[in-house]
Amino acid sequence: MFKYLKQLTSLVAMVAVLFTFTTESMAAKKSKTLKNTQKKGFVRCGVSQGLPGFSNADAAGNWTGVDVDVCRAVAAAVLGDANKVKFTPLSAKERFTALTSGEIDILSRNTTWTLSRDADIGLTFVGVNFYDGQGFMVRKSSGITSTSQFKNGISACTNIGTTTELNMRDFFNSRGISYEPVAFEKADEVVAAYDAGRCDTYTTDKSGLAAQRTKMKNPDEHIVLPETISKEPLGPVVRQGDAVWEDIVRWSLNTMIEAEEYGITSANADSMKTSDNPQIKRLVGAEGEMGAAFGLDNEWNLRIIKQVGNYGESYKRNIADTGILPDRGPNELWTKGGILYVPPSR
Amino acid sequence: MNFKLKDIGPQLMTVIAVVLVFGFFTYNAQVNMENRGIDFGFGFLSQESSFDVQFSLIEYDGSHSYFRAYLVGLLNTILVSVIGIIFATILGVIVGIARLSPNYLINKFAAFYVEFFRNIPLLLQIFFWYFAALRALPLPQDAEAMFGISFLTIKGLYVPAFIWQNFDIFFYSLVAAIISIIVIRIRAKKLQETQGKQTPVLLISIGLIFILPLLSFLFGGVRLSFEVPVLKQLATTSFIYEGGVSLPPELIALALSLSLYTATFIAECVRAGIQGVGKGQKEAAASIGLTPNQVLKLVVMPQALRIIIPPTTNQYLNLTKNSSLAAAIAYPDLVLVFAGTALMQTGKAIEIVSITMFTYLSLSISISLFMNWYNNKIAIQEK
Repeated sequence: MFKYLKQLTSLVAMVAVLFTFTTESMAAKKSKTLKNTQKKGFVRCGVSQGLPGFSNADAAGNWTGVDVDVCRAVAAAVLGDANKVKFTPLSAKERFTALTSGEIDILSRNTTWTLSRDADIGLTFVGVNFYDGQGFMVRKSSGITSTSQFKNGISACTNIGTTTELNMRDFFNSRGISYEPVAFEKADEVVAAYDAGRCDTYTTDKSGLAAQRTKMKNPDEHIVLPETISKEPLGPVVRQGDAVWEDIVRWSLNTMIEAEEYGITSANADSMKTSDNPQIKRLVGAEGEMGAAFGLDNEWNLRIIKQVGNYGESYKRNIADTGILPDRGPNELWTKGGILYVPPSR
Repeated sequence: MNFKLKDIGPQLMTVIAVVLVFGFFTYNAQVNMENRGIDFGFGFLSQESSFDVQFSLIEYDGSHSYFRAYLVGLLNTILVSVIGIIFATILGVIVGIARLSPNYLINKFAAFYVEFFRNIPLLLQIFFWYFAALRALPLPQDAEAMFGISFLTIKGLYVPAFIWQNFDIFFYSLVAAIISIIVIRIRAKKLQETQGKQTPVLLISIGLIFILPLLSFLFGGVRLSFEVPVLKQLATTSFIYEGGVSLPPELIALALSLSLYTATFIAECVRAGIQGVGKGQKEAAASIGLTPNQVLKLVVMPQALRIIIPPTTNQYLNLTKNSSLAAAIAYPDLVLVFAGTALMQTGKAIEIVSITMFTYLSLSISISLFMNWYNNKIAIQEK
């Protein structure tokens, strides 16, 4: 009897050891990126060269913005500290190469999710953190109040290497308007050239127009036209081929959005551990094993909410309070009339 | 075994090293691209580009292929390089000679110009000329007409377009003039060598190049008219010029900064070349009764050119390569159109960057070969 028990326990122990070994090593084995990130001690994140509200560095070199917060959330989840992020400013042209070549591990740079980008070039989009659309800015003095007043010969300043260039062509072509595209490599030069009067209109994503308007000599002299000519779902991107890392980034973003939905904020996150709602408890790591599949501990999502805040807090801090786009528009929760809707964490 | 290992050993090792290094890079790229699910191939070149370009020498819009977009970028690069080389050479020669002028003011002014422009980074100069020009130039509606037909505005330089009738006849008359000039030159040289007679070749050449095309106007039915740009209103405060030819301010700013920058280096080459000809050469030439013009043309310049050409070739190559800074100010050159937009839209980084590198290499080698040929032609022929 004792002999059998001994054999049984050793068998159980062996199975248990084998099992824990496999689960532990599976997540680590599956995600080279996670392993490298934990070894380095920081998340390598590609951001823009300066787009207020999305990713912008202040004079001291501190990055802020909703795109920046995605990377900070991942750092909080993976490394336990939201500040352990190394930001790499990238032009529109450089961004995908930097990601596919392994120079960065997350690209969070107001990047539009399109079929060809997702399918063709070794990238995977993990979600949408801002629903945007392309628009036009003109000088108020021009008297133009709608894109229907555009005439042949109009010159349009924009960035190269973006979906903007393609949408612009579709837009003008479908209306039979001839136009002069003036495309710069960096956003600052686009703004400077448009501001100097080189172009009649400046076209890019509407959030970008609102943000860049704050950089102009006299922001009040310019208006953004009401029409939206394209869908621009902007979101973080990772390299193809690391499913675990992809999941970590996706669910870090989802956690921020879902936390807002359930009213969990950076201030009340700790107290929510004793909530009656199991969904809330799962979001703050007080119920279930929500981190194991990623190879993370159970409080990864609590750390995101405590250190970075929920999506609403991030939006308010970066985009609303800075006067860029006080109205959330489509970027409001689905429960409040917007289209932000993420799968449940369970 | 005729050859010794000692002779070919180092060369063999170099070849093996080069092959290994390139092989390693290729293999590495292949493995990494496979791991990341990136295809390699040039099939994209025939796909529709679906983006427009601001300024093109050939017919192009987004419905053409990426290859066509490549040609647009290449031609724009060649255009700005050729304009830059021509103006840099003219300015460089003038400034180089001015630096040797005994006139204190001219001399110092040329020296100041050289030191000033060659010591400021080119990219800054491009930004300066572009944004300074943009801020200084008038809006189309405020522009003053130059000679009543041209307008320099913030949106570009608008000049009248030539509208030809029977252009082919005019063209043939020009070709005929050039051929006859060449024939006359050869005959004049022979005449000089055999009978010592001098022919006023320059006068005859100038005459021919004007008279033959003039005849084509008088008798060949060639007609030339101008289409003058006209102001057109787009919105309350927004105007453009229609008709005529427009040169974008990006091209003007880029050509200007490239010329001003490179001219400083060419000026130094020219000065070095002229100073490299011994003083005794001029004195000897003068002593056998040559006029100052003949001294310059027959004695000083042929020797100076030998010193000037090789370093000037370098400057031409630099100018061509520097033209890739165009991307900063939206001039649609090869880098902006092909290695910029096309790369972004296709994601074919390795293919496009290789094509672009190879293109610049070919451009540079062509310039090199031409200048080497010219250099050999004027080099001392040892007999």
